[in-house]
Amino acid sequence: VTDADRSPPDRDVGPLAAPSPEHVRWRQAQELLRTWETPKGWRYWSAVNNTEVGLWYLAASFFFLLFGGVLALLMRLQLATPNAQVLSADLYNQTFTVHGSVMMFLFAIPVFEAFAVMLMPQMLGARDLPFPRLAAFGFWCFILGGVFLCGAIFFDAAPKGGWFMYPPLTSKYQPGIGADIWLLGFSFIEIAAIASAVELIVGALKCRPPGMRINLIPLYVWYTLVAAVMILFAFPPLIAGSMLLEIERAFEWPFFDATRGGDPILWQHLFWLFGHPEVYIIFLPSIALVAMIVPTFAKRPIVGYSWIVLAAIGTGFLSFGLWVHHMYTVGLPGISLGLFSAASTAVAIPTGIQFFCFIGTMIAGRVTRSIPMLWVLGSIAIFVIGGLTGVMIALAPFDFQAHDSFFIVGHLHYVLIGGALFPIFAGVYYFYPLLGGKQLSTRLGKVAFSLSFIGFNVAFFPMHLSGLRGMPRRVFTYPPDLGLETLNLISTIGAFILASGVALIAIDVVRPKKKQPHTERNPWRAGTLEWVQEMPPKPWGIRSIPEIDSRYPLWDQPNLMRDIDEGRYYLPDAREGLRETLVTSVIDARPLQCQRLPGNSFLPLVAALSTGGFFIFGTFHAWLPALASLVIALGLISFWLWVGTGRHPEKIEKNVGLGKKLPIYVSGPASVGWWGLLITMLADLTAFVCLVFGYFFYWTVRDDFPPASSPEPVAIWPAIGAASIVGAWALMILARRLNARSSSWTQLSILSAAALAALGALAFIAGPWLGGLDPKVHVYPATVWLLVIWAAAHVAIGVIMQLFCVVSRIAGRTTARFDMDLHNATLYWHFTALTAVITALVVAGFPAVA
Amino acid sequence: MPFCAPSSPAGCVAVSLWRARVFVLVCLAGCEGRQSALAPAGRGADRLVDLFLWMSVGALLIWIVVLALTAYGAFVDKAHSARAAERLVIAGGVVVPTAVLAVLLTYGLSMLPSFVEAAPEGSLKVHVVGHQWWWRVRYFPKDGAPFDLANEIQLPVGAPVEIELESRDVIHSFWIPSLGGKMDMIPGRKTRLVLEPTKAGVFRGVCAEYCGDSHAFMAFSVIVLEPEAFDRWIAEQSRPALEPSDELARRGHELFLENGCGACHAVRGTRADGVIGPDLTHVGGRSSLGAGLLGTRREDFRRFIAETHRLKPGVQMPAFGMLPEADLEAIARYLEGLE
Repeated sequence: VTDADRSPPDRDVGPLAAPSPEHVRWRQAQELLRTWETPKGWRYWSAVNNTEVGLWYLAASFFFLLFGGVLALLMRLQLATPNAQVLSADLYNQTFTVHGSVMMFLFAIPVFEAFAVMLMPQMLGARDLPFPRLAAFGFWCFILGGVFLCGAIFFDAAPKGGWFMYPPLTSKYQPGIGADIWLLGFSFIEIAAIASAVELIVGALKCRPPGMRINLIPLYVWYTLVAAVMILFAFPPLIAGSMLLEIERAFEWPFFDATRGGDPILWQHLFWLFGHPEVYIIFLPSIALVAMIVPTFAKRPIVGYSWIVLAAIGTGFLSFGLWVHHMYTVGLPGISLGLFSAASTAVAIPTGIQFFCFIGTMIAGRVTRSIPMLWVLGSIAIFVIGGLTGVMIALAPFDFQAHDSFFIVGHLHYVLIGGALFPIFAGVYYFYPLLGGKQLSTRLGKVAFSLSFIGFNVAFFPMHLSGLRGMPRRVFTYPPDLGLETLNLISTIGAFILASGVALIAIDVVRPKKKQPHTERNPWRAGTLEWVQEMPPKPWGIRSIPEIDSRYPLWDQPNLMRDIDEGRYYLPDAREGLRETLVTSVIDARPLQCQRLPGNSFLPLVAALSTGGFFIFGTFHAWLPALASLVIALGLISFWLWVGTGRHPEKIEKNVGLGKKLPIYVSGPASVGWWGLLITMLADLTAFVCLVFGYFFYWTVRDDFPPASSPEPVAIWPAIGAASIVGAWALMILARRLNARSSSWTQLSILSAAALAALGALAFIAGPWLGGLDPKVHVYPATVWLLVIWAAAHVAIGVIMQLFCVVSRIAGRTTARFDMDLHNATLYWHFTALTAVITALVVAGFPAVA
Repeated sequence: MPFCAPSSPAGCVAVSLWRARVFVLVCLAGCEGRQSALAPAGRGADRLVDLFLWMSVGALLIWIVVLALTAYGAFVDKAHSARAAERLVIAGGVVVPTAVLAVLLTYGLSMLPSFVEAAPEGSLKVHVVGHQWWWRVRYFPKDGAPFDLANEIQLPVGAPVEIELESRDVIHSFWIPSLGGKMDMIPGRKTRLVLEPTKAGVFRGVCAEYCGDSHAFMAFSVIVLEPEAFDRWIAEQSRPALEPSDELARRGHELFLENGCGACHAVRGTRADGVIGPDLTHVGGRSSLGAGLLGTRREDFRRFIAETHRLKPGVQMPAFGMLPEADLEAIARYLEGLE
């Protein structure tokens, strides 16, 4: 580490336009206001701008936090005394399942995405993220799924398999719809979370202000990038697992049924392959808030910027290699236990680096006292305990005792409340002025913090002890003579103190502040770009997009705020009345494109409703309405793509200010859409790899895979399928080339690709069909069927894309110059061809060699 | 005790640490139950208490240092050089954790083999099958046929026991905190746990993996006996059930068969030979009924038969509350007598 964290003293002042005359500036401001105006009345809900969507996201996630908190209080009431009867066993089981699931899926992940959607464009001096409608779609999916899931508990129909949903309890022994609600509802929400992750990754990579090279990115954005990439690879295993489990529940394919060749442990691998990274997906973006807050109040740049970035990336990588420490007691060999113990304790090192960077920054600066800092200090005090108990249980021998006991409940709450909730509250106090230009009360803040801090420790510290005294997790009651009464009563009292603290924050946040004057701009004297925002905030985000050459531009670039306000940087106007932001290069943030952003629309809302219809009808096994919803959703999304993307601009290039002309329409790897699709397909491929993993997992652990007497898929059919699909892929590449030469053969090439692809999909299905494989009999035919259906479904979506391209070509929307659709469809086909080849190799090739 | 003569400064530190450890142990073990990992009565369990206490002392020290540094940074109004801060990052974030983890892993993982290795050839084997929500326990006496009981395990003190674990329905986890760690019971798989009780006494085991409605009511009694007493117990358990000793019990026996209880429950030596539910051959002699839920007095039997679902939600056995009070009393008398 060097002190290069401070910007070099001899840096040149970036480009700057001459100040425009007052009336020009006024006109520009009016244009921007009109263009970025938030819709009024019922149309308000068509807004897609990040400030609106971010606000809804935040409000909804905090609502779910309170809901999950109330469930926790109910549980604490039930456990306050032995043999209590506040909740029945059944209701208690629903309550802890919903509490865990809500906190993980409806609070912790969404609140990260909410903060990021809200703050990232401001930190990057961007007008919005690259796919505003996708963010809105993600939000609507989330709220729909969330309400559906939480609502179920009022009808005594909530899931009750625990947030970890281990089969066979959840496959055969819980016949109600609760488990289906969990599996389908959360898959729906996870898909929405992946959509948001795509948006955040592309935003962090491509929408930075000119000059913000990769070593100047605000730490918050780094953390967001790491966490979003983790979502991309962590959620697909769970989606794949949920799919297997729901198919087993709905159609009796025996993936987890040991009597028919399945294995319940596969679920645990897939679940924890998601579940452990999940912890860091929650932790990293929360600690990111601390990384923004500490430098502000220490009044100096962060110490060890590069260390933090590398540590965050390292944590992300490591977290994918630790999942087995949730499974120490399933009877693994000693060597695995030892390896995973070592890897699990090792994660303490990057975590320690990050915390010592924060402490080092405080030591190297003079810290101003404030409510956000209070929460940061509380967070450190609590999280360090959680981290230390984490090292204890990372050691397999100790975990043999602690596992599935209240010790773990204590540990995980120390980690998640210390490492996520307290930083999030710090963030709420810190960033609150950006929401509406008002401050939260310092006096209430101190009381709320004290109650929360004391209450938290009183509630959760005794749990370590009750766990070691033999109290298992997830018990709805306990007998009186085991030395557990006092500890549990103390925990319950603590829980209510903590709840009163949280309630006080909620009151402070929502209490009317009409009389309070607007706070000054940049009230904390912070150095990062989000604090350029005017008070009260303007809908345009930033008046002009500046050139950045420091990690703390507001500290280091003199007069930056004034110059931004005077519109002396990029995109100071909205001449065409269209929303625009800059796209820059990944490493060094050179301006590449003036990206037109889609405006307000109800399409994301209705598309989310129809997508939700598929999952919700599916829960009730109402397959016809579910299928209808799916078709409507696909139609709506195609319509959305048709009207919302790839529009021909009125001119090729636009003068974005400072004498720079940038293209408006770009395609292929230069376009954000291509990046978005690439990232989405990586997630999709990960899910597929998980299914293939399942195949080889069964082959490894079961002697009867494939069963001796089972029919095989006729090998010739998968081979034909793969060959046709590869042919379709080659034709797509050809079509893109032909289109570039304005050849009239383009359509024909795409259509033959589609025909060949359809043939390939049919051939794939024909394999197990003609081979007479019955997926209900054994896990082997079920796995084969699943793989070919997965491949065929991808081909089907690919064919829809091809038809879209043909229509687009005929309508003159796709031309040699404007060929975004073809580029993206071809990209999709790269992945589909890969999927098809792997599928054929596994289902036809592997049995031949094995 | 590894340190006894504080002849050096390091020795002094070690002695203080040892005292801290003893202090922590006293605090934690103040009032211990028969289900506590902190009151060990088995090999393995005692070493884990040691491991836990050393780790706690270490954790406490680390926490105090980190907090002191944080408080110093936050509340002392003095700006140190960035260089000093960076040194702190390297020391606190890299050097110290690496060293501490290396020591901890060496110490902690060195005990791993003893937890995963099989019991020596010829050790006592007990077969336990998890059911929602009870435990089928099977012994294989050297001289005699294997026999079943339920929700109670008796073990001889001072000898390793290999416990083979299976499940017939969902995943359960077998945990006797006083004797050692836990091990999952997984459908389609066989797992095993080796325990070695070091103290005679009565302990309590529980299911640690959430397994449905009555997960909280899936406990069992663990009775550790002197070897001779254990052999006597094996011999007693091998015998068929006692004949009903009085009129009421005989009537109970008839009612037991008439009402079809024998379709699910076995009472060796009678026509009742069901295998779905717990074996009741010597149920009256066990220390609990309903997997740790009730005692085994007549009243307990009567309540369990009549109010099965109110007492144990979700359980498969139908409640027999519709039987006349006198019949219930008779069946309860019969079962109570099956010692």
